[in-house]
Amino acid sequence: MRIGDAKQTYQADEAIWTSSTQKFWFSLLLLILLVFPFLANAYLLYLGCLVGIAVISTTGLNILTGFTGLISLGQAGFMGVGGYTVAWLSLNTGLPFPVALLLAGLMAAAVGILVGLPSLRVKGLYLAIATLAASVFLHFIFAEWEPVTGGMAGLSLEPAHLFGFTFQSDFRMYFIIVPLAVLMVFAARNVFRTRVGRAFIAIRDRDISAEILGINLLRYKLMSFALSSFYAGVAGGLFAYFYRVVTPESFPLAMSIFYLAAVIVGGMGNLLGGILGAAFMTLVPEILKLLTAALTPFYPNAPVFMSPMLEIIFGALIVGFLIFEPHGLAEIWHRIRRFFSLWPFRN
Amino acid sequence: MDWLFFGEISLAGLAMGGLYALIALGFVMIYKATRVINFAIGEIMMFAAYLFLAFAGGMELSPWIAMPLAVLGGSILGGVIEKTMIRPMLGESPISVVMVTIGIASILVGVVEFFWTADPQLLPQFLPREPVFIGPLYLAPKIAYGFLIGAAVLVLYLLYFRFSRGGVALRATASDQAAAYSMGINVRRVFNLAWVFGSLAASLAGILVAATGGLSPQFGIIGLSVLVVVIVGGLDSILGALIAGLFIGWLETVAGAYLGGEYRMPATFVVLAVILVIRPYGLFGTHEIERV
Repeated sequence: MRIGDAKQTYQADEAIWTSSTQKFWFSLLLLILLVFPFLANAYLLYLGCLVGIAVISTTGLNILTGFTGLISLGQAGFMGVGGYTVAWLSLNTGLPFPVALLLAGLMAAAVGILVGLPSLRVKGLYLAIATLAASVFLHFIFAEWEPVTGGMAGLSLEPAHLFGFTFQSDFRMYFIIVPLAVLMVFAARNVFRTRVGRAFIAIRDRDISAEILGINLLRYKLMSFALSSFYAGVAGGLFAYFYRVVTPESFPLAMSIFYLAAVIVGGMGNLLGGILGAAFMTLVPEILKLLTAALTPFYPNAPVFMSPMLEIIFGALIVGFLIFEPHGLAEIWHRIRRFFSLWPFRN
Repeated sequence: MDWLFFGEISLAGLAMGGLYALIALGFVMIYKATRVINFAIGEIMMFAAYLFLAFAGGMELSPWIAMPLAVLGGSILGGVIEKTMIRPMLGESPISVVMVTIGIASILVGVVEFFWTADPQLLPQFLPREPVFIGPLYLAPKIAYGFLIGAAVLVLYLLYFRFSRGGVALRATASDQAAAYSMGINVRRVFNLAWVFGSLAASLAGILVAATGGLSPQFGIIGLSVLVVVIVGGLDSILGALIAGLFIGWLETVAGAYLGGEYRMPATFVVLAVILVIRPYGLFGTHEIERV
């Protein structure tokens, strides 16, 4: 049972850390994240990096879909913009990685504004359609603009570097990806404590009321979309540094669906949900791989069914969570937490 | 410029566009009645085409028996989807419903790959093979007969919605749900009906399209072209679906023939982008768009 926790001021209520227990657990989490790469094997390290990238992109999409109530089918396309920006900068300018990643984010945000401007003027699901169109165009540009994007063969890039230090292994990339993921989730958390973030939430809850409250809808929706694209761009840039190759097929439409699924499964409008969703959805295929490997001795055909099963599971997770647990994994987490903070009393 | 070639390409494009119109009709039907944007329509088409493959190829039924069976299967699928996955979302935000349809699309792709593998398949030949000439213009027989069947069903479809009880109920629900309900129309059944008939149109078109171009689990991507059609025509306009269907089919084929296959999608999406900027409700849609 948690006691002595009555909030007296709005500031206290809005603080990121509301109790010392929370601070303790979070410090522990940071410690684990720090120690993890030294203990984990290559495979776990690889997964850790993937989850980190997914967390950034999912948080970006969560800002748009979960907090502003707009849906984008172009997340992968915007990651592609970031990835290609980083690849091109790495090949042609040799900028250090923080600058390249920042430019990747800004580039994606700029493209986002371009896409959002016509479709965000009108109410409804037009952003979904415009972003779908954008991902078709972007794929076309990636595949056909050979002098810049290398065509279907794509671009291979140099490892990320800073002050002469190169990040060529997964181990070193981990120390870029995970701190950046933590930082960007924090940035998102802080956005929702400011006027801008509050405006996003107001728009999601009722756009007309938001407008009456003096929120310029087009401006804030565009801002939200640009911010979400920025996150996607940075994630795409990290993706490029991590795999060190980008091709038009690195960023398929299925990837956009993957991030939507991560947001839904995790919990729309909840940053913790974005993190849980990203981790969960990244790990589902891996768990399925393990299962398949375990089943292969008994059913030699098992590997053939893995990729279809994955599609089915992804779809079923989206549908199932939307129908049965619309607040996602985050809600399950909160329920567990509530149980402990009220224990030994019920409800 | 070779006018004969242009004429032939245009004709083939219009024939393809006829099938787009049929699918778009199914889409518009569902949207008008239930206000759901169905991102799974391409996958429903694909599923019906695979059913046809199973009936005609696997079980070796005559294609003319297999086709109605597959269309029936696709329609039932639509009804089941509505009952089990769309109905529980009634009253939820449009975003959630759209995402449910995206999830359904993913499930259908998985199911198809599960049973028929991810490899491309060829449907058994069932359309007549004599070349068709319209004046001096040659038209591939598969496309010509596909268009004829599609057009015939399309006309039946429109007649049904104009004159039958079910059609009237559907139109009444589309124009005013509350009024329809108070007049004793079973709105829930109408929702189900809309999904069944929408999927019926999509299933038939799916089989005909797959008969001309082959079938694979990526077939559902055609749903994107249909999305362009309905946005250009207006989400809630049947006339718009027909005209935009023909136009987009034509444009896609012409762009593919003159610029190369990789330009097919971008060409139609340019039209989509222009429409989004100047007329977001589409060429014939209701002007109910709120500017914000």
